[in-house]
Amino acid sequence: MIDTYVVPTLKILVLLNAVLVAVTYMVLLERKVIAWVQVRLGPMRVGPHGVLQPIADAIKLLLKEDITPARADRLVFTLAPIVSMVPALIAFAVIPFDSEITLFGYTLSLYVADVNVGLLYIVATTSISVYGIILAGYASNSKFPLLAGLRASAQLISYEVAVSMMLVSMVVTAGTLSMVGIVESQREAGVWFVFIQPVAFVILFIGGLAETNRAPFDLPEAEQELTGGFHTEYSGMRFALFFLAEYANMIVVSAVATTLFLGGWLRPFPGVGALAFLDFVPGWIWFLMKTFAFLYVFIWIRATLPRYRYDQLMRLGWKVLIPVAIANLIVTAFIRVLL
Amino acid sequence: MFDTSELVINMGPQHPSTHGVLRVVLRLDGERVVGADVVIGYLHRGIEKLCEHRDWLQIVLITDRMDYVAAASNNLGYVETVEKLMSLEVPPRARYIRTILAELQRIASHCLWLGTHAMDLGAMTVFLYAFRERELILDLFEEYCGARLTYNAMRIGGLPLDIPPRWDEKVRAFCDILDTKVYEYEELLTRNRIFLERTRGVGVIGGDEAIAIGLSGPALRGSGVPRDVRKDEPYAAYADFEFNVPIGMAGDTYDRYLVRIEEFRQSTRIIRQALDGLPEGPILGKVPRLIKPPAGETYHAIESPKGEIGYFIVSDGKSNVPYRFRVRPPSFCNLQALPRLIQGHLVADVVALIGSIDIVLGEVDR
Repeated sequence: MIDTYVVPTLKILVLLNAVLVAVTYMVLLERKVIAWVQVRLGPMRVGPHGVLQPIADAIKLLLKEDITPARADRLVFTLAPIVSMVPALIAFAVIPFDSEITLFGYTLSLYVADVNVGLLYIVATTSISVYGIILAGYASNSKFPLLAGLRASAQLISYEVAVSMMLVSMVVTAGTLSMVGIVESQREAGVWFVFIQPVAFVILFIGGLAETNRAPFDLPEAEQELTGGFHTEYSGMRFALFFLAEYANMIVVSAVATTLFLGGWLRPFPGVGALAFLDFVPGWIWFLMKTFAFLYVFIWIRATLPRYRYDQLMRLGWKVLIPVAIANLIVTAFIRVLL
Repeated sequence: MFDTSELVINMGPQHPSTHGVLRVVLRLDGERVVGADVVIGYLHRGIEKLCEHRDWLQIVLITDRMDYVAAASNNLGYVETVEKLMSLEVPPRARYIRTILAELQRIASHCLWLGTHAMDLGAMTVFLYAFRERELILDLFEEYCGARLTYNAMRIGGLPLDIPPRWDEKVRAFCDILDTKVYEYEELLTRNRIFLERTRGVGVIGGDEAIAIGLSGPALRGSGVPRDVRKDEPYAAYADFEFNVPIGMAGDTYDRYLVRIEEFRQSTRIIRQALDGLPEGPILGKVPRLIKPPAGETYHAIESPKGEIGYFIVSDGKSNVPYRFRVRPPSFCNLQALPRLIQGHLVADVVALIGSIDIVLGEVDR
C-alpha cells in the first residue's frame, strides 16, 4: 500500500513543487547571470540581491488582466499554454536524480518511475510541448505570432530528427532505453559517455538549444523581429505558462544530457578507484551540479551570441547536424557489432 | 492547387527594432520580403518651418532636436552655414574644440548604432557595453556644457564656453579607454560566425547605385566610395589633422559595420591630435551684437555621424529670421535605400538593414 501509492504520490508532489520552484529561480538566475555579463546588477530591489523577485513576478502575473483577443480561436488559445507546460513537467517523471538513498531507515529511489522506454518517453513528451507554440501562433489570429508558429514548427522538425538520431546512437552504446539503465551502463563502462560519444554530445547540445528555443535559435520569440513572437497576444498567467515552460524544458534538456553523457548521479571518472573519496558527495548533488553547469552554459550562450536567421537555422539542421548524426549512428552501430 | 497570397505585415510604428516610429509595410511571401513601403512622418514637428520664425541664435537650439543622438554635429553644421553666409572668421581655438566635440559626438552616435544594431541581431550584451562607453561621453558633454543630450553647444562665430579645467585630460583618458573597448566589441562580433552569416551579403548595394540613391556617410563608404566631407571639403579644423577614411568593398551590412568600427579609431586619433595642438586664444570671433546675415543664400554640409548633413539657408537681409531654412538630413536620404536593400531578403534581415543604415527618426521626419 505505502510502496504502491503513498510514496509515489509524495515523490510526485515533491518533484512537481521542486521543479516549479527551480523554474522560477531559473528565471532569476538567468537575469542575474546576464546582468553580470553585461556589467549590470540585475534584480536588486525585492529581497537581498533580488532573491524574492520570482515571487513578486508571480504575484504580478497573477494579478494581470487575462486578455483573449476578440478574433482568437478561444478553445485553442486557452489550450496552447497548457499544452506547452504540461509535457515539460511530466518529462521529469523518468529522470533519475540518484539511484537509491536511505532515509530514516527506508530505502528510497530518487526517481518517480524507471520506465523501460524512458528515453523514448522523454522524446515523446518534449515533442508535444512545441505544439503549444504552434497552436498559440495559430490561435492568436495575429500575423506576428503566426510567423512565429511557422518558424517553431519548421525548427522542431529540423532538430527533432538530428536529436533523435543521436539518441538512437546513445541507445546503441548503452544497450538500454531506461534512464537508470543508461547511467548504470556508464558505471559499468567506468567512463562517462561524453568521452565515448563526443560528437553526439555536441549535437545533443545544439539540438537542445534549438528545441528549447534558446539563443542563438530563439527565432519563434525573436523579440527584435517578431515583437515577442508566439506569445505576443498572451498576458497574465497564460504568458507565464509559456515562459515557465521554456525554462522547464531547459532543465529537462540539461537533465537528460547529464544522464546520457555526464553519468547522471555518478562521480567524475567512476572507473578510477583513486577518486573514490569523491563518493562522500551524495549522488543527487552530483546530478544537480552537472545539470546546473548545463543551465549556466545555456545562459552564457544567450548573453554572448547573436541570433541565427531562419534559413541559416534550416541549413545548419538539415545539411550539417542530420548527416553528422546519421554518420555517428552508423559508426556506433558498426563498432558495437564488431566489438 | 494551393491558394497563395502575399501577407501584408505592418512593422511599426511601434516596433522594438524600428528605432523610433518608423513604419515599414512589408509584403511577405512566407518569410521572404517581396516588397516594402516605408511610411514616415510620425515624428514630424515642422522644424524647418519653425526655424523660419526664430531668430538666428535660437535656431541652434532647434537643430539639437533633429538628430537627437548627435546634437553637437547638427549645431556645428548650422553655425558654420551661418558663418559662411556672414563671412565670419572663427578663432582657431574654437575650431579645434568644435572638432573635438563633433568627434566625441560621432563616437557617441556610433556607440548607439553599434549597440542597437547588435541588439537587432540578437547579441544583446554588446548593447550594454556600447552604452557604457556612450555614458562616458555624455558625462564629458555634461561637464562641458551642462546638458547630456541636447547640447546647444555652439554659437555663431565660435563657442559659448571654453573647456573646463582638466577636461582635456579626461577626454584623453576616455580615448584610451575607448581604444581598448573597441577591441572588446570586435571580439564579440567581427569574427563571430553567426554575426558574419547574418551580415555578409545582406543588403548589398554597389557604389554607383549608392550614389544614385543619395546615400552618404558610412553607408556610402561601405560601398567603396571614399566620400567624406571632412576630407573632401574640410571644415572646422579637419584640414590640420591626419586621419584615414575607411571604405568597404562589398557594400553589404558587414562592410558598413567594419567602416563604422574603424571610424571609432579614426575619431580618437583626430581627438588626440586636436588636444595636442589645441591653440590658445579667444573662443568667440568678432560677431555683431545683432546677427543679421546679408541677403543671399548658401549651402554648407558637414559629415555628421549618420552622413552628410547639409543646411541651405536663404536670408533676405532685412528681417532677423531666415527667409528659408532647409536641411538635407542624412537619415532621410539614407532611408530611401531601405526598400531597395530589403528586396528579396527575409524578415530577420529587415531589422538588420534598418540598423545598418543607421537612421534617427527625429532627423528623418524633422
